[in-house]
Amino acid sequence: MKKDQIKDQDSLEISEPHGMPRRDFFKILGGGIFIFVRPWGALDIIGAPAEQARGVPKDYNAFLRIAEDGTITCYTGKIEMGQGIITSLPQMMADELNVPYERIKIVMGDTDICPWDQGTWGSLSTRIFGQIMRTVSAEARGVLLELASAQMGVPVSQLEVKDGIVTDSKDSRKTVTYAQLAKGKKIEKFLDVKPSMEDYTKFKSIGKSYNRTDSTLKVTGEAKFTGDMKLPGMVFARILRPPSHAAKMTSVDYSGAEKIAGTKVVRDGDLVAVINENHDKADEAIVKIKAEYSFHEVPVNDKTIYEFMLKAESTAMALKSSGDIEAGQKICDKTFESEFHDPYVAHSAIETHTALAQLEGGKMTVWASTQSPFGLRESIMRELGLPAEKVRVITPFVGGGFGGKGEFQQGVEAAKLAKLTGKPVMLMWTREEEFIYDTFHPAGVVKIKSGIDKTGLIKLWDYNLYYSGTRGADAIYDIPNTKFTHYGQKSGGTPVHQFGTGAWRAPNNNTNTFAREVQIDIMAAAAGIDPLEFRLKNLKDEHILDCLKAVADKFGYVAGKGPSGRGIGIACGSDAGAWVAHIAEVKVDKTTGKVKVVSIACAQDMGLCINPEGATIQMEGCITMGLGYTLGEEVLFEGGKILTHSLDVYNIPRFSWLPKIDTVILDRKDKPPQGGGEPAIIAIGAVIANAIFDATGARLYRLPMTPERVLEALKKV
Amino acid sequence: MEETIKFQLNGKKTEALIDPTQTLLWVLRNHFGLTGTKFGCGMGFCGACTVLIDNEPVRSCQLSVGDAAGKNVVTIEGLATNGKLHPVQKAFVEHDALQCGYCTPGMIMNAAGLLIKNPVPSVQQIKDGMENNLCRCGAHMRIIEAVQTASKEMKGGK
Repeated sequence: MKKDQIKDQDSLEISEPHGMPRRDFFKILGGGIFIFVRPWGALDIIGAPAEQARGVPKDYNAFLRIAEDGTITCYTGKIEMGQGIITSLPQMMADELNVPYERIKIVMGDTDICPWDQGTWGSLSTRIFGQIMRTVSAEARGVLLELASAQMGVPVSQLEVKDGIVTDSKDSRKTVTYAQLAKGKKIEKFLDVKPSMEDYTKFKSIGKSYNRTDSTLKVTGEAKFTGDMKLPGMVFARILRPPSHAAKMTSVDYSGAEKIAGTKVVRDGDLVAVINENHDKADEAIVKIKAEYSFHEVPVNDKTIYEFMLKAESTAMALKSSGDIEAGQKICDKTFESEFHDPYVAHSAIETHTALAQLEGGKMTVWASTQSPFGLRESIMRELGLPAEKVRVITPFVGGGFGGKGEFQQGVEAAKLAKLTGKPVMLMWTREEEFIYDTFHPAGVVKIKSGIDKTGLIKLWDYNLYYSGTRGADAIYDIPNTKFTHYGQKSGGTPVHQFGTGAWRAPNNNTNTFAREVQIDIMAAAAGIDPLEFRLKNLKDEHILDCLKAVADKFGYVAGKGPSGRGIGIACGSDAGAWVAHIAEVKVDKTTGKVKVVSIACAQDMGLCINPEGATIQMEGCITMGLGYTLGEEVLFEGGKILTHSLDVYNIPRFSWLPKIDTVILDRKDKPPQGGGEPAIIAIGAVIANAIFDATGARLYRLPMTPERVLEALKKV
Repeated sequence: MEETIKFQLNGKKTEALIDPTQTLLWVLRNHFGLTGTKFGCGMGFCGACTVLIDNEPVRSCQLSVGDAAGKNVVTIEGLATNGKLHPVQKAFVEHDALQCGYCTPGMIMNAAGLLIKNPVPSVQQIKDGMENNLCRCGAHMRIIEAVQTASKEMKGGK
């Protein structure tokens, strides 16, 4: 083994400004072999908010440890919120390390012992981080082989590894285990070259279905979520909230609250809260606070927002174009203009935003349900003026995120309250707070002008997107003349969104795929061509063509021009590097307008599929969750006042909504893995809208497609 | 204000000197440390806090601890016997009928209650019985399958 390749801890110069110095890894975690990886690419850094990007550690952001007992642990800033990486990441590592998957442990979301990570979102865990961990794992195997070579006196090329046992290929009696190799070692290895990874044909763990590794904990109630933590002297907090996002507190009287036994009222500027050791008493006290507010409401609501957006002074940005729109229009036989509306939608995870904060010995420790433990740490550092080493964020199991827990206001609030009160403070947002302070999927408008020639080929595509995001806004079809324009918030202008908006599972792709795929369907019907055939005719990308063919097979699709009366719809799209196609069947009650989704088939190409079972669960989850924004979910508001704030009026999918679901995974063992937890949600709005059209001839341009809107559309048939 | 409230909790005689108007959910979680029962909405709309009282699934956020006096309360922690998972728990694991797992204890308690009343429910009866337990991850299909599997196993007398 070359000395410059592997250093022992004493020879290290350590200057690590963020989190603990590396020397502490040995102290805290014990000995063994540590493999570190340098930041892997622009994507992670560009994706981070500027402030975080400045703080990106320069020297490593992933690591793996082989402990002296042979246990292999991956430390990651990622978190588990149901998406299943707690199962799939070890699978990805197992094949590179040549150990059984069960032997790999994963430690997640603790800012003191895990390397920096911007957040668990964007379907990046598998396609970016997982690939990095494969590299790290391959490197770890390399280090172990070098150690084995030195110990056994056999060249590396002569060694074989199976199940964590290194064997001399020329003398099978000569063996050494990973545990034996790691024993008594304190080795750090820094990786900046990419070793070759295992050939996919040798995969043992990748591509095999595994059940969730956390399910026993979760079915027994043993799994700890943030709200399940308890500290001595802990108090529950409730925060005084204004009645509207546009309200400013002018006066407050908390004498009533202080009369509730055991209650203390604390205030820091606009932050007013009650604390009580008893949860019920905190609930009781908060409503006794009397406050007055002034209001600066912008006159807009859930009905007028679309017109408001179209009339607002906005900043137009040409995204990209091809060919010539004017010329395209001239060669079209038919042109079509449509306007699509998509409302604000809430995340509605069943676990509300929760945090427990404790200030002890000048160090703030915060347990939080968050998709970004390091993002929360940065915010606490800034808001409380603490250095990095004085803030630790720990993320237990997260009870659903869907993008909504990429925001972590509750963690900062809990930290402030812990500082103010000197006690450990548990803050569990109420369901009402969860709605009001959610960062909603933004409302948006899409206007499309498109056209086809006499043969049914699309020749024109002029796409205009207002105030929603651009993910999924690509045409995906093979169209010679295209133009994409995004209209967004003008800086210094009246804000269009009256409250927080943010990432919601496959952010904004639901809006864009809905608009595009309905528009495609409109053209197919006008051309008198079966909607599957129309798509196959106008698409070139092999991935999507394969998905369409696979889903048609699975569904048993029989061609028919729309509206055929059968209630069968088709839609497809791309997200997070993956491709997806759906076919759905619906029944529409023409007297009530109620839509019953009978079945949905889905084919997804997400490159190499790590855990088919986990991927299938994600696809089913996307399809089921997608029925919500498609048929029932909409946040109502008046100015900055959120009117929808409980689960009896906000319609998330229930058991009675469930259609028959069939999924197909187009496994691409020779391709890198892509996102698997978001793509299958993007086309649900469109596939149902197109099925409603096929059933009735009614076109819907507005989500969600409630019975009232279906009846309205039926009148126009 | 405080009274001694006696009830069966997970098979054991239990008593607590407590204000009987306190919400059962928070008493279970904070007084007894049984955090498997979750807070989801506090209004009885989501079912994350479902426990069994005298074999009936109820929303513990809508009851006071006084309501439980003299009754038999079972939480998710009390469902397994002698370290052996209850058939519903076992079936949830086998079917991967969960993702984030936050609604899971409530789902399992509600399903266990459903199967006590109707040991062999049809798919429609399972859907009806589970309708008001909310899951945001979309594990519904697998939950229905898990309840069917549990029903079969329980019917088999295992």
